[in-house]
Amino acid sequence: MKHTLRNVFHSPRFLVGFIIFMSILLTVLIYPWFVHRDPLQGLGKGFLEPGTYVSVYDTNNAGTYRVELPEANENRLESTIPVKDRQTMLDFLKAKGVDVSALDTSNEKFHELIEVWKENYDEADAKKNKYEGFSTQAKRNELRRLNNRLSEDTSAAMSVTKGEGDAATTTAVAGSDYVKVDEVANSINLPLGTDNFGRDTLTELVKATGISLLVGLIAGSIATALGLLVGLLAGYVGGILDDILMFIANIFTVIPGFVLLILIYSALGAESRGIVTCAVIIGITSWVWTARSVRSQVISLRNRDHVNLSKLSGHSLFRIVTTDILPYIASYVVMAFILQVSSGILAEAQLSMLGLGPNPNELPTLGLMMNWAKLFGAYTSSNAWWAYFPVILMIALISFSLNLMNTGLDQVFNPTLRD
Amino acid sequence: MTKGMKKYFKKKIFWFIITFIAAVILNFILPRLMPGDPVNSIVGKNISPGATQEQVQEQMAYYQHQFGLDKNIFGQFWDFVKNAFNGTFGVSYSQYPRLVSDIIGSSIWWTVALQLPAIIVGWLLGNLLGALAAYKRSFYDKALMPLTLFFSAIPAFGAAVILLVIFAVTLGWAPVNGAFDPGMIPSFSWKFISSVIAHYQLPFWSIVLISIGGQAVGMRSMSIYELNADYVKYARFLGIKDKKIVRYVFRNAMLPQVTGLAMSIGSMVGGALVAETIFSYPGLGMSMYAAINSSDYPVISACTLIITVMVLIASFLLDIIYAFIDPRVKAAQFD
Repeated sequence: MKHTLRNVFHSPRFLVGFIIFMSILLTVLIYPWFVHRDPLQGLGKGFLEPGTYVSVYDTNNAGTYRVELPEANENRLESTIPVKDRQTMLDFLKAKGVDVSALDTSNEKFHELIEVWKENYDEADAKKNKYEGFSTQAKRNELRRLNNRLSEDTSAAMSVTKGEGDAATTTAVAGSDYVKVDEVANSINLPLGTDNFGRDTLTELVKATGISLLVGLIAGSIATALGLLVGLLAGYVGGILDDILMFIANIFTVIPGFVLLILIYSALGAESRGIVTCAVIIGITSWVWTARSVRSQVISLRNRDHVNLSKLSGHSLFRIVTTDILPYIASYVVMAFILQVSSGILAEAQLSMLGLGPNPNELPTLGLMMNWAKLFGAYTSSNAWWAYFPVILMIALISFSLNLMNTGLDQVFNPTLRD
Repeated sequence: MTKGMKKYFKKKIFWFIITFIAAVILNFILPRLMPGDPVNSIVGKNISPGATQEQVQEQMAYYQHQFGLDKNIFGQFWDFVKNAFNGTFGVSYSQYPRLVSDIIGSSIWWTVALQLPAIIVGWLLGNLLGALAAYKRSFYDKALMPLTLFFSAIPAFGAAVILLVIFAVTLGWAPVNGAFDPGMIPSFSWKFISSVIAHYQLPFWSIVLISIGGQAVGMRSMSIYELNADYVKYARFLGIKDKKIVRYVFRNAMLPQVTGLAMSIGSMVGGALVAETIFSYPGLGMSMYAAINSSDYPVISACTLIITVMVLIASFLLDIIYAFIDPRVKAAQFD
């Protein structure tokens, strides 16, 4: 046993898969200690982009500090002069005959654009020469206003009123006034933004990963246990029991598991589909392959000498199965279990995408998150990558790690596959 | 035909019939356990707001009679079997009075035209890549294996979503959904056909990509297993040319892959479900999705029955073909 475990952990594939899987599991377990938010609580309306959100109201009440950033003014202009106005600047420069081939309206080129503009724009000159496209008074006024905005000193450009009625005081806010984010009463960091319900996607994703792993684990355990039991009984006991069990298994093989799942799930209705119910149903529709392989392996073991010896010694059926047969198929059962967990998670996700998932009002799952992303147009109209891409990545990582562990085990236990 | 062969076929046909009956019964019972009365929702949709209680009752009775729901469960089962055999599958609940066969008939060809070429192309490319990977092992194992393992772990719907976002939404190379421009009426004009082709690309390539991954991994491990088999070593000792050995090896490695192809063609309708719902492709998967969301159980039953029967036929044919092409099965079954 110790030797086998050491061999398994020496397999690089198994190790990498194990580390990835364990880090996902640890994240799921540890994350709730640090973030106490309810994963289904809506924080806002609709998709919010990832980032830190600071309350505008509360920034007024936080202390102000003087910070002089060398490029503060340029950065401010970048965020206040829209692309449309930048295009007007370019058009004017072009009309004046300045070479603007190296410039465009992007943020990277904006500094250069301002420099060139300041060199070339002159109010009196624009009035006198009437450049093409800028000959009317209205156009010239637009240019003048744009120029004022560009050369304006942004310090003391805003004032804030605090308090009510007579007690109200108005203070000027200078361009170099800063607040410390920790001191603002309300701010929230949303590394993955929010989904369509305004839920914090990261918290939801962690919770959903946990639930999906649970679904996979329950489904995998049930499928493996059922498959093992049926396979052992059919293979070892044989006879009429074998015929009956294989009859049932045959029906389950030919009717596709996914179809059966769709039929059972829709028969249940959304309200009665809890997480555990879903997992159990996935489990009881996917035991067949395990049962078949266990059965065929048991049949080949049944007539080995050590089993016959055990029989002659008068050992009980239970003892023969547990000591003489199970150890030989244990490695196979472990590998089958890993694959069953992975396919259980996938089955839940696919069913949820069809609108047949667990009750959506109770807990999030990875499949439900994909379904919401689809229903609320995260791929198309809202273009909210944070609502679906991390989910796909998480599903891929889980099945990748489980597959790696499986191939690693395969290489250890089937020496013919080894290099 | 030998005696053993006859016995083998008899056994197979017996199983085919038994599982078919079980499938029909399951397809009948399970959707009928769905909560919610379908007649209620239809009457609720169609009746005028000022209707009296009596009118509502009358309408309910009318629809119940139309759908045969006033009969007992055996009468309903008889209707179900009769409708399944005459090919109409009864009347749809959500699109009353449309026949289920009409709904399925208008969508199944989209599924077949999308899936069949995609599965075959994916199968061919996947096997080629898998065989190549097995033959040139050192290069592939070091460079590509971990990558392939990761990409084959991406679920089918995830890959479809990523393709959709990259090529349709961001780059705008392909339309986002549907099988043709919604403003067009199906006809044999050049404009319509080009629209169909443009809408075909994304779902097609997403299915091809997904099946390449699975097939390549399977073909690679089968080929490696065969390359290490004793007969290969023996052939090498005999001095048979490598080229000739490789041909034998890949022919043997192909056998399980043929099973894979037949099964994926058999289960193509079921496999289409997720891809079709993501691309809103108007195939059978989409019809089934709509039926699930509107509790239209004649349509659900018909779709699942079609899927089951296709899988049944595929596995039955496979059993028969295998009996002839695989000498091991031949030896085991015919004696």
